[in-house]
Amino acid sequence: MIPVIVILLYLCVVAYIGSVAFRKGKENTEDFFLAGRTIGTAVFFLSLFATNMTAFAILGSSGAAYKQGIGIFGMMASSSGIVIPLTIFFIGTRIWSLGKRFGHMTQVQFFRDRWECSGVGTFLFFLSAAMLIPYMIISIIGGGQVLQDISRSSAESAPIIPYWLGCLIVTIVVTVNVFFGGMRGVVWVNVFQTVLFLLFGTVAFITIGQGLPGGLSDFVHNMAKDPVNGALLSRERMPAEVFWSYMFIPLSSIMFPHMSIMCLSAKKMSAFKQTVVVYPIAIMLIWLPCVFLGALGAQAVPGLKETDGVLLHLLSQYAPAWLAGLLGAGIISAVMGSDCHQVLALSTMFTKDIFSYYGGLEKYGEKGMVYFARAFVLIVTAIAYLIALARPTSIFELAIRFAFSGFAALSPIMIAALFWKRSTKYGALASGIWVLACVLGTWYLTSYSDSFAPKPPTPPAKSVALAEGKPSRTEGTPSTNPTEGKQVAQLNTGAERQLTASPVGDPAGKKSPIADAPKKGGKPGAKAGKAGGKAGAKPKGVPSVPIFPQLGNMFLRSPTQVTVYGFLPVVPMVIGSLILMILVSLLTPPPSKETVDKYFPQG
Amino acid sequence: MWVIAVLALHHDIWFWKSRHTVFGFLPIGLAYHAAYSVLAVITMALLVKFLWPSHLEVPEDEYAPQEQE
Repeated sequence: MIPVIVILLYLCVVAYIGSVAFRKGKENTEDFFLAGRTIGTAVFFLSLFATNMTAFAILGSSGAAYKQGIGIFGMMASSSGIVIPLTIFFIGTRIWSLGKRFGHMTQVQFFRDRWECSGVGTFLFFLSAAMLIPYMIISIIGGGQVLQDISRSSAESAPIIPYWLGCLIVTIVVTVNVFFGGMRGVVWVNVFQTVLFLLFGTVAFITIGQGLPGGLSDFVHNMAKDPVNGALLSRERMPAEVFWSYMFIPLSSIMFPHMSIMCLSAKKMSAFKQTVVVYPIAIMLIWLPCVFLGALGAQAVPGLKETDGVLLHLLSQYAPAWLAGLLGAGIISAVMGSDCHQVLALSTMFTKDIFSYYGGLEKYGEKGMVYFARAFVLIVTAIAYLIALARPTSIFELAIRFAFSGFAALSPIMIAALFWKRSTKYGALASGIWVLACVLGTWYLTSYSDSFAPKPPTPPAKSVALAEGKPSRTEGTPSTNPTEGKQVAQLNTGAERQLTASPVGDPAGKKSPIADAPKKGGKPGAKAGKAGGKAGAKPKGVPSVPIFPQLGNMFLRSPTQVTVYGFLPVVPMVIGSLILMILVSLLTPPPSKETVDKYFPQG
Repeated sequence: MWVIAVLALHHDIWFWKSRHTVFGFLPIGLAYHAAYSVLAVITMALLVKFLWPSHLEVPEDEYAPQEQE
């Protein structure tokens, strides 16, 4: 009951902040969509960070570490910790500058003006919107599921907040926050959310670390000697190609519409300075404790089926109830922080790139645009809620997974637009079509290979007991709730859905843990170990199988995903997009001299 | 070059299978990437100090905020 109270209090605060922001707002689109480009340094950092974080940072990261070990931190977090700040530094600052000079509020507005195009911009709009919409809907599904699962007093009891009501609460709070507050309301809430986020990891680590049998140090040393779980303190179970591939995923961050729109809201460019410097540490503060605890959880609570619940298991054994409440609020913060931005970004895109661009502004004026934007928020969240009730989770999970690769592969378009005078709209179109084809192709290959995908190993018998609510107890830490195991497992399913959408990484690899590993000599994926040097050789796990045996190892299928010669699809997608952007641009006429001079002034 | 070197350092094959701990409790593979995060901070601080694109700043007189209708 305590977690429910904490979360409901949190939701009230969020809605209140949105209503306060409404009273500060003006009736024009720049104010509604970008808070009048007045966001100061501290708020800008905290909000940008919240935009980019999802619940995966807490639950998904620990769940992945439970299966694959501490390498998850390097693969997903420290890679994001360098790549995302670099993209903000080199790309975000330029987006901000051009937006402020020329009044852009979306990426497509910039592309249309930069390349003197209309249809190509509209194509890129639909491509971006198609990849963003599932992300927004699955946030509501995840939020509803989390509220349902955390509101059970025991595994068998009915939830205080049923799924439909959970989704409704999340939808209403998001709608109120965005409808009334616009960007201002969203960023103010983000401040609150990010503080919660940053607090959670450290507090959980200290609390749980002190409670582990024998203390943290002895526990780790004993685990290192364990023949099975000891591997989780290294990267023995991690294929080097996948680890390497993940460096491409954070390129998606700046291409997510809500991230680039957020970059436009800063008052001064100096706001980016502190943001890019502090960003890697902020990621570490959240991810490192969660990943470490997740790996230790394999020893402390072995055999979990729903591994994303490992932190909840550890909390239930080693921490007081209020910390579980803080965790619940942290998860909901993650769900809503990014969801608010996604809803607002979609509203901004539809209003500016479609409605306004195709005549709405002339007909209804600036104030009419704001009315349209608010109406759009109401409609899109209502539709999202109705879709969420049907729980089409698997389709959207897949869509989100591909969206990260898709947005990463769109990054060459933005880089070319900002840095290369000779780039053309046809180059952008070719890259966009390539991305679309790759996303659909990967989707097809995944669906086609589902029937013969290798199965992950069956958890030991102990795990069944755990999943059914009989967690094994460490001596001296008696359970007060014998059914919590199942409760946690249920919570995971909800959280997991949200988690897939981590901007810091997941999409492709979230469920890949053991999966992508292995490859035996001569068999598909045999090179996986070699790429990691002698240290990374022969990760243990389930071997991938070739999807088309006649093509050899070109397309491999692991239990959870498709790879290309062992690498994630994002690698060929980004490289192909870059090559097409260059080649097609060189073969097609450049924009007019006036436009080039406008974006690349001499001196 | 510095940035490329930092990106290359991310792929620490030398600690791939090591289970050694640092400070008595932190696995070395995790400690390395925690240190790498600090290196990322230093890298970004150096970029901000020496390569800050100040030419992108927009003077106030070049920016006209939308008026309320």
